[in-house]
Amino acid sequence: MTALTYKKFSLFDAVVTVLMLVVMLLSIGPMLHTLAVSLSSQAKAEAGLVSFWPRGLTYESYHSILKDSQFFRSSWVSVQRVLWTTGLSFIVTLLLAFPLSRETRQFPLRNPFMWLLVFCMLFNGGLVPFYIVVNDLGLYDKMAALVLPSVVNVFNTILVINFFRGVPKELHESASIDGANPWQQLFRIYLPLSLPVLATVSLFVIVTTWNEYLHGLIFIRDPEKMPLQTYLQSIFIKIDPSHMTSEEIIEASKVSNTTLNAAKIIVSLVPIVAIYPFLQRYFIHGIMLGSVKE
Amino acid sequence: MLWKQMRQSGGYHYLLMLVPGIALLAIFSIVPMFGLMMAFQDYNPGKGMWHSPFVGFRNFSYVFNNDTSWLVLKNTLIIAISKMVFGMVVPILFALLLNEVRLMLFKRFVQTVVYLPHFLSWVIIAGILKDILSANGLVNLFLMKLGVHDPVLFLGSNVWFRPILVGTDVWKEFGFAAIVYLAALTNINPSLYEAAEMDGATRLQKIRYISLPGITTTVVLLATLSLQGVLNAGFDQVFNLYNPVVQPTGDILDTYVYRVGFEQVNYELATAVGLFKSAVSFVLIIVAYKLASRYAGYRIF
Repeated sequence: MTALTYKKFSLFDAVVTVLMLVVMLLSIGPMLHTLAVSLSSQAKAEAGLVSFWPRGLTYESYHSILKDSQFFRSSWVSVQRVLWTTGLSFIVTLLLAFPLSRETRQFPLRNPFMWLLVFCMLFNGGLVPFYIVVNDLGLYDKMAALVLPSVVNVFNTILVINFFRGVPKELHESASIDGANPWQQLFRIYLPLSLPVLATVSLFVIVTTWNEYLHGLIFIRDPEKMPLQTYLQSIFIKIDPSHMTSEEIIEASKVSNTTLNAAKIIVSLVPIVAIYPFLQRYFIHGIMLGSVKE
Repeated sequence: MLWKQMRQSGGYHYLLMLVPGIALLAIFSIVPMFGLMMAFQDYNPGKGMWHSPFVGFRNFSYVFNNDTSWLVLKNTLIIAISKMVFGMVVPILFALLLNEVRLMLFKRFVQTVVYLPHFLSWVIIAGILKDILSANGLVNLFLMKLGVHDPVLFLGSNVWFRPILVGTDVWKEFGFAAIVYLAALTNINPSLYEAAEMDGATRLQKIRYISLPGITTTVVLLATLSLQGVLNAGFDQVFNLYNPVVQPTGDILDTYVYRVGFEQVNYELATAVGLFKSAVSFVLIIVAYKLASRYAGYRIF
């Protein structure tokens, strides 16, 4: 919109603003409802009296979480998993992206490796062979099964490659003339210049790893090593309101507690809600992958 | 020749850098591709996938002569294509509307709020939805206020299950998908709007004749690229929401592979279904990228 003339707030603007407020509510309504349930009394929540505001305000459910040792164990597993995956992913992505961002003149094997990477992104062997390979490596029921398979993310690597390619060639040339070898160039020049994009990619890895449940489901048997999302899933499967009558649900929720589950959901959301607003900057490059010539 | 060139340019440094990443890719992506052999084997856990006897296409003929497979394929196509259509239209409409918001601060705020769901896992969302859609959940309470007496068991109904999959998927992803269109909208030359202003165009006319044509390229490109998802109906979502009651309408290729592989422990059949999906998807991807690069100048790198 132009800033040429001062425009007054018209009916059209009012309609758009109202629509946007409605859309916002739709987007976070379900989470607000869960938050309200987690802060309500068990009786009122089960009677279905809670909408978007706590009824019979109590912090009981959050106190109960403190008694749930498995919730804490699983949270700790997830934290460790995130730290390992993010750290390894940072280093490996950096080392993978740098050679592939060189021109063929500097690194003649660039293109075959690049195609290999893209092929791995587009085609996979499927779940079952992957499962068998990980088991054959002796990783079943080990932390490594939750970390190693997710270290290389081709999508993120291509993002970093494209960023590296945007770094002015002169920097690289002058460093070469001064006798810097590729390692020095990467760590002295490229790394400091690309901290923002690397930070974004790392945040992406944190969020994806935190949310991952399937590997925890198929590889982990020992509750000591079960990640948080897998644990939460096991709770939600126990109580399945989709084909139960209300009496059955009330019966089941005496065993598994509505407000407690809501509180667990809210606690598991906290890290994501804290991180995601910082993920905006490089989205466009990420989604568009590569370059679109207008 | 090549090696000489490599030595001169310090290329071996580069090769050394590639080692960890390529090693991990080899182990966790490429070796499993060889595991696709299992689709042609009579798999024997004792012998492992490298030494089991080959049986040709026996597994495939079993899969293709099985009614469940065709049902699953039908479900996958219906769900995935519905998601593709609504997953394009809703973000475009939203982006066009958000683009009309003049207060930058409000615009940024709306955007940040609406793409929160994209970052939540389907495990969590399913937990929330099961509560909201249950017999005494939020939606049924609202319906009761409108005068519907019998609560609708949404997630236990073969009529409702697919619309809910499509609806919740669009709800989760539209804010994130709109980012691309918003970026395209900011690239439109402002002088076009000014000229239209001079000619007395209304706000709606500007959307219709400037904004919409301005993002056509992006829309066509993304529509083309979305072709590759025709067999991806969303494993995480369905896996966390479905139950035996809605299997006739909700079972998709990926959940079928999971069930056959991990619940019936029939690795070779699961792999055969998986290979069928991977192969078709791969062809679709190649076609989509070819079209995209020919008509929109799109390159992966």
